Amino acid sequence: MSKKTLIVIGNGMVGHHFLEQFVATPSASDYEIIVFGEEKQLAYDRVHLSEYFAGSTHADLAMGTADWYTEQGIQLRLNEAVTSLDRDQRTVTTPKGQYRYDELVLATGSYPFVPPIEGREHPHCFVYRTLEDLDAIRASAQSGKSGVVVGGGLLGLEAANALKSLGLQAHVVEFAPRLMPVQLDTDGGALLRHKIEELGVQVHTEKATTAIVEGVDARLRMNFSDDSHLETDLIVFSAGIRPQDALARSSGLEIGERGGIVVNDQCTTSDPHIHAIGECALWDQRIFGLVAPGYTMARTLASVLNGDAEAAFTGADMSTKLKLLGVDVGSIGDAHAQTPGARNIRFNDEQAGHYRRMVISEDGKTLLGAILVGDNSHYDTLLQYTLNDITLPDNPETLILPESQGGAPALGPDALPETASICSCHNVSKGDICGAIDAGCGDLGSVKAETKASTGCGGCTALLKNVVDSELEKRGVEVSKDLCEHFPYSRQELFHLVKVNGIRTFRTLISQHGKGHGCDICKPTVASILATCWNDHILATDHVPLQDTNDTFMANMQKNGTYSIVPRIPGGEITPDKLIVLGEVAKQYNLYTKITGGQRVDLFGATLSELPEIWEKLIAAGFETGHAYGKSLRTVKSCVGSTWCRYGVQDSVGMAILLENRYKGLRAPHKVKMAVSGCTRECAEAQSKDFGVIATENGWNLYVCGNGGMRPRHADLFATDLSDEELIRTIDRVIMFYVRTGDRLQRTSVWMENLEGGLDYLKQVVLEDSLGICAELDEHMDGIVDTYQCEWKTAVEDPEKRKRFREFVNAPEQKDPVQQWTTERDQRRPVLESA
Amino acid sequence: MKARTCWDAVCTVEDLVPESGIAVWTDDGPVAVFYLPHRLPALFAISHTDPFSGTNVLARGITGDLKGEPVVASPLYKQHFSLVTGQCLEDENVSVKTYPVLLDGDKIRLEVPIDQSESAVA
Repeated sequence: MSKKTLIVIGNGMVGHHFLEQFVATPSASDYEIIVFGEEKQLAYDRVHLSEYFAGSTHADLAMGTADWYTEQGIQLRLNEAVTSLDRDQRTVTTPKGQYRYDELVLATGSYPFVPPIEGREHPHCFVYRTLEDLDAIRASAQSGKSGVVVGGGLLGLEAANALKSLGLQAHVVEFAPRLMPVQLDTDGGALLRHKIEELGVQVHTEKATTAIVEGVDARLRMNFSDDSHLETDLIVFSAGIRPQDALARSSGLEIGERGGIVVNDQCTTSDPHIHAIGECALWDQRIFGLVAPGYTMARTLASVLNGDAEAAFTGADMSTKLKLLGVDVGSIGDAHAQTPGARNIRFNDEQAGHYRRMVISEDGKTLLGAILVGDNSHYDTLLQYTLNDITLPDNPETLILPESQGGAPALGPDALPETASICSCHNVSKGDICGAIDAGCGDLGSVKAETKASTGCGGCTALLKNVVDSELEKRGVEVSKDLCEHFPYSRQELFHLVKVNGIRTFRTLISQHGKGHGCDICKPTVASILATCWNDHILATDHVPLQDTNDTFMANMQKNGTYSIVPRIPGGEITPDKLIVLGEVAKQYNLYTKITGGQRVDLFGATLSELPEIWEKLIAAGFETGHAYGKSLRTVKSCVGSTWCRYGVQDSVGMAILLENRYKGLRAPHKVKMAVSGCTRECAEAQSKDFGVIATENGWNLYVCGNGGMRPRHADLFATDLSDEELIRTIDRVIMFYVRTGDRLQRTSVWMENLEGGLDYLKQVVLEDSLGICAELDEHMDGIVDTYQCEWKTAVEDPEKRKRFREFVNAPEQKDPVQQWTTERDQRRPVLESA
Repeated sequence: MKARTCWDAVCTVEDLVPESGIAVWTDDGPVAVFYLPHRLPALFAISHTDPFSGTNVLARGITGDLKGEPVVASPLYKQHFSLVTGQCLEDENVSVKTYPVLLDGDKIRLEVPIDQSESAVA
């Protein structure tokens, strides 16, 4: 049976989401799928477009990969715009050919509206929609000092932030009397304006631009209807969007009066074989300019095409929660009190810069809408009241009052109905979460993996954790944080006990705070904590029996009981002389030699008794231990940087060496990897590391909590344009905070995902010192840096410590009989057979 | 019929590491000797050979107790072995050989079979 053809026009966020949903349905196998994209790039995250200026690349923002399309058997035709649509023949035409369809999906999105102002075609006038637009804005900004955004809405303020991050004096020009007129009221808009102006962005409201002409002091001059003017070097129009409906219009599909492709509840147009989703679709006389409703349409259409007769789009909640230029803004439901009889409760604290407004129903029982500026901490609770029609308490004002004035705590997870939507990005309800728990998910991580909740924008992380904890508790699951049977404490709690009570040995800790004699879980954990707190040598008598074999023998045990040796090569920089020593030592001891992923050399096959001899030779040549065996800093990978590379803007090798020498030896809950790239091309792959540093023209951008390996995680941008000193202090604090609060064997990526409050919280702790612990963290780190010792140097110089490396204490000449060798590709390797 | 054995002096108290193990070579092959000073008796001896990997590494594992039973964890794949019975706690079909051990002055003596050196290679 030959397959039918499904064509999707548009490869944006909604189009991509539709494909993800549709290929997961059984019907997908009935279709050949072809996707046309007008832009050169694969679908990317337009919501986070301004991050492109903060160092993100298209790959960071991309929704999927070309490989994904290939794996799904989807024909992806980028940079190929569809020019005409023939509904009778059921074909679409592009400059490259004609394609027949059985079902057609229009996901053409929208285009920025540019008001018909004289002079708007000037080469330094832009819109803010695609990566190409951003590249053009960046190029223009390089030769300019100031920039104006026309439009003070959500996108306009995003664009203003982008101009600010490009180093321009940013202005916002708005026609309405206030910022964000759709979402905010007068008081909210005024507060937002005040906060934004404090950040250095100038706001001009009630300004209608009449013409754009050549400037006197700058490139351009904007003339306003009130005869005033403003000079600027570039202009970005962000005055709203218009549905991209040209193709539909020319083929005679039904179009709304003010544009938009008319669709029914099934997202189908006036032609039963043509469907439209996202910002190009007009449903119930409404265009939805947010991504979440677009996703809902995409899901609906995927179900419809899979034959689900019940599937229907029934409108979408347009509530929004944002951080604009660092200012919290929230708008829920009927924010402007348009429902007949609606009443308002307002709380306005000009001192603290907080504004909150509740719109409640005439009978005072339900919350119709809300506006928040300056502090979004009440948003989740208020949204749940609105979305789920939860009856308001007798004194509803307590919901927005500060707690000190009798404000109510956040809505408990128990109060939420089963239908309550917890994660709107992936449409996960409280009922879905309960279902996942009933099906065997026993912790937050597995619930996230099963339901995808909180893996989109991440805004619901705290709420999700509350729901999961509460549901687990209800089912009698004790959420145990005990490390093992010997200690009724988490690693973080043990860390505090050790630190606060000045405990220096395992024996003291277990006799005072645990029971029994310990095990292979708690002993290495405590060893790591003791090492972080006091930095004694790991082979000090009391600590020897606590270590994993790799730490005890300061080498990595391999499958045949021999060890591998990895000397430190900071930043991957090594002299020819040192390289020769590595070769000579490897040759003498017949060690298998391999270059590691962390830019160093791994020497395999040393027996226990050979280790001190080998290290004597390496130390004599100037090598230090590489801690490849430890839960500690491994390497700081680097590209060659500005010293050699024609694109490099900073000395990445120098910085990598500095960082590696600073943090070497520090014991952590798990291994820590870093990298430094000399420019935004990112050759050192820093964004897949626990700490990634990328050079900018002005300094360094720091990314944290990335991971490669089994479960890759893209690092989060933590701070931008740092000086050398700022970079080091910031890393100091994040590492120290991780070391103190991380769980046993928890990499920074998982630590971040489980950190309540996530990235924002970590920024507050480290950059704003919200817990008041930064001085202590700094002092702790300085102490560790000052007491660093090369563990191998200390060990080979101490005859007592060397005794530990005897293979058989009573037979120095006895070789281990089970170690059998063979040769492969000119090197020695173990004979692989199991006993 | 009981095999002939002898009490071999394998090392001295100086060689032991508290709360940990060392390996010695005997006529019966490699043996791991553990010294847990906070227990009575404090000495334990089991085969040094990890039955799961066939390598001689058990003396290099972490010691401890699970539900009161003194154990060592294999440094390779982390299974636990009772230091008293040699039983693997994760797999009831697997165990390692145990040896009687005693302190004689400052010498550690193991009771090992005589003339069975060919069994040394596991």
